Amino acid sequence: MGNKFWPIFFIFWPVVAIITCVIAPAYGWWFPTPPLSKLGVQIDNLFYLILVIVTVTFVGTHIALGYVLWRGVDNREKKAWFSHGSHNLEVLWSIAPAGVLLFISLYQLDVWRQFRVTSSFPADTQLLAEVTARQFEWRIRYPKPGREFKNSMEVKQWLAGPQDGDLYTVNDLRIPVDKNVLIYLRSMDVQHSFFVPALRIKQDAVPGTVIPIWFGATQRGDFDLTCTELCGWGHYKMRGRVFAQTEVEHGQYLKTLEAEQSFDGVTKPGTSGAMVASWGVSDSVKDDD
Amino acid sequence: MSTLDPTVGLGHADAHDHEHHDIGFVKKYVFSTDHKMIGMQFLFTTLFMLLVGGSLALGVRFQLAWPWRAMPVVSQISQVLGGPDFVAEGGQISPEFYTMLFTMHASVMIFLVIIPILAGAFGNFLIPLMVGADDMAFPVLNMLSYWFMWPAIFCFFMVFAHNGLNGATGNGWTIYPVLSAIQESAPGSGAPQTWWLIGLTFVGVSSMMGSVNYMTTIINMRAPGMTLFRMPLTIWAMFITAILQAFALPVLTAAGFMLVAERVLGFNFFVPGGLLVNGSEATVGGGQPLLWQHLFWFYSHPAVYIMLLPAMGMVSDMLAAMVRKPIFGYKPMVYSMAAIAGLGFIVWGHHMFTSGMNPALGMTFMISTMMIALPSAVKVFNWIGTIWGGKVQFNTVTLHCVAFVSMFIVGGLSGIFMAAVPVDIYFHDTYFIVAHFHYVLFGATLFGCFGAIQFWFPKMFGRSMNETAGKTHFILTFIGFNGTFFPMHLLGIAGFPRRYADPYIHPYMEHLMPMNQFITICAFVMGLAQFILIGNFLISIYCGPKVGRNPWLANGLEWFAPSPPGHGNFDVLPVVYRGPYEYSSPDVDDRDYLMQTDNIRRPERDTGPAREPADVDGQNNS
Repeated sequence: MGNKFWPIFFIFWPVVAIITCVIAPAYGWWFPTPPLSKLGVQIDNLFYLILVIVTVTFVGTHIALGYVLWRGVDNREKKAWFSHGSHNLEVLWSIAPAGVLLFISLYQLDVWRQFRVTSSFPADTQLLAEVTARQFEWRIRYPKPGREFKNSMEVKQWLAGPQDGDLYTVNDLRIPVDKNVLIYLRSMDVQHSFFVPALRIKQDAVPGTVIPIWFGATQRGDFDLTCTELCGWGHYKMRGRVFAQTEVEHGQYLKTLEAEQSFDGVTKPGTSGAMVASWGVSDSVKDDD
Repeated sequence: MSTLDPTVGLGHADAHDHEHHDIGFVKKYVFSTDHKMIGMQFLFTTLFMLLVGGSLALGVRFQLAWPWRAMPVVSQISQVLGGPDFVAEGGQISPEFYTMLFTMHASVMIFLVIIPILAGAFGNFLIPLMVGADDMAFPVLNMLSYWFMWPAIFCFFMVFAHNGLNGATGNGWTIYPVLSAIQESAPGSGAPQTWWLIGLTFVGVSSMMGSVNYMTTIINMRAPGMTLFRMPLTIWAMFITAILQAFALPVLTAAGFMLVAERVLGFNFFVPGGLLVNGSEATVGGGQPLLWQHLFWFYSHPAVYIMLLPAMGMVSDMLAAMVRKPIFGYKPMVYSMAAIAGLGFIVWGHHMFTSGMNPALGMTFMISTMMIALPSAVKVFNWIGTIWGGKVQFNTVTLHCVAFVSMFIVGGLSGIFMAAVPVDIYFHDTYFIVAHFHYVLFGATLFGCFGAIQFWFPKMFGRSMNETAGKTHFILTFIGFNGTFFPMHLLGIAGFPRRYADPYIHPYMEHLMPMNQFITICAFVMGLAQFILIGNFLISIYCGPKVGRNPWLANGLEWFAPSPPGHGNFDVLPVVYRGPYEYSSPDVDDRDYLMQTDNIRRPERDTGPAREPADVDGQNNS
């Protein structure tokens, strides 16, 4: 029937949309990796919860829309239904979404608290590094390996400026796997944003502010680090990486880095076993982008 | 109101005859104080700007699909247009050019298309006609509100012209300091950024003059019998929008002045001390960059509703006329618009979940943001309820209205992901948000506007637009639109960040290039389809079939006036007897509409307890 074309048209497009979403993961149009942190798992679960609620609403409203259109073009009554609405329905469709929305928002609060409220950070979180963003790179400063921070005063002191024995890298953040690590994020010039899709972590770096963020990778691997706050013409190429290693590898990496940086140009690299290994490691993983 | 004389048809037709004197070309078409002419001036300007903004978007799309390739056509004419830098690059989009493209696309679309087409074009044209006034309350102010757009357009043009296309401002339409505050921070952060800010101020002055005018007109100049709850939803929407604008805009204007003062006069509001930007000297300030974000979003979030509410109102009016049915739940529609506007003032922080503001604020803003979905949901249900049981006729107007509802559902639902703070951690500043706001601002607002152009065109020009061209435009735009923006949700889920000139240098996004090429092709289809609209619009002005006063058999006061209305709008002063949605009323037998001005004796109706309580809800009782 010719006059049914448009109701079908308006039912057809949501069907295409849903099919697209269903096949999307197979084509890589979905999360680049499964969540590789505990917090990431929680975030993904919340995402899927909302996705279910939203899909039900999307399908439901579009079925309703398609139905009323279908019936509407077929309406053989002399006149349309003379109705100004229904109080009961208004009450129903105010209260029902209100309940769902309130549930969603209250249910989310806990994950947010864990992620951002400093007093709720996991107790075993250990300070790892200071990450300073600048146009268009990530500068990373580790405290001297083995240094212990007893209280927040000492951390503040360390954040105040470079200290003896600090280690520096660029665009290459190493973290021990299965540990909750804390980084202090800051910016040297404009706003940037620290985004590690695999860990589901994002936080803006705000000039003049030091922002602590914690995360823990549950798996070894090499994760992309990108900038997600417009920071100038080179915004797109502000590429870094987060490399999750075992704790032993991580300790070794820091030792190697220390040896490299304290190399005075006189002592032969060959005199230290760790050094020899270090050249190999750092060459193979060096990322010159 | 029942004591008023029924004046309709009693020979008041000569009341305005003395005003038909010749006023000359300039006063009639250029510096006109007639709200209809000003509305049409706005309409022509915004339609032109729509093409400008769309071309900028196509530049963005081209780069994302085929990064660093020379643009076809544009590279050939770049010798003339682009300036020396552009020629040296052989028509290829440079990163700074790319940042300019998306910045100016957003700026043009928001400030020179959507806000002025809703408030400026339709607000101006419809408010006096729909409330039964002969013009706006302040006609000269109204004229100024249009002519203040031109300095703004000039300033935005200077953004391109001052340093060439590569040196145009590229800080995003949100122009977050520090990037926008320090001249050395980016190629476009110099003088063009100042031009941009001044242009923004002019747009603000224009909007403010409009909003004062709309509020006054709606409050003071309604026709006899036009009580507040007999006003069409379009008028309610324009009224609420005007209030929003009046309260939110000063904040943005102040913030803009602060940023100009910081950039030009050496003040310090947004830049903290000790920064080393792009090799320049260390800054000395004690400012706070987050201050800008708070001030900016305090305006710009309500601005999202300024860009949506009028379209909601217009769609309500059009939908009721097209399905020949009263609006389902008129008062809930009004209250939900008011709720959206009210809540709109306390949700700005959801743009800043990852900005580093106090996490406790993130929680409160999440709850208020979730709650704003509630009145939006009520509106959607009421639109579906309006169609329910109606006699649907699928013409171009209906199609755009139904598309509006359908697209708004998607835009509203995708917003829930980002309203939820933990999920937003991942989705913030990815293409998911790009999909979301295009579904709302294009999918909802622009489809609403396209429908409104078709619907009120007969009133503007006394002729109607072509249906076949209208439907062709609709179907191409609809398919192009969904092909462009629906996949962007998936890009966002894949972690594809916004504002990247070349995302493919990041390995995890390499495989997304074919999808971006698909999106770009759809975007070009959509862009080209707009020429059908423009052509249909321009040709119909001269060649469309002539129509009478009320071609849609609608109820509103504007259909009581001649098409096109003369100076002073109404040849017979309207008196209003009922609300605007009495379609298919059993009170009349021979037709399915009952105009607001129709003075008929109500037949005796059974008013016993057996009646549907909703039957008289919101009508005739105030």
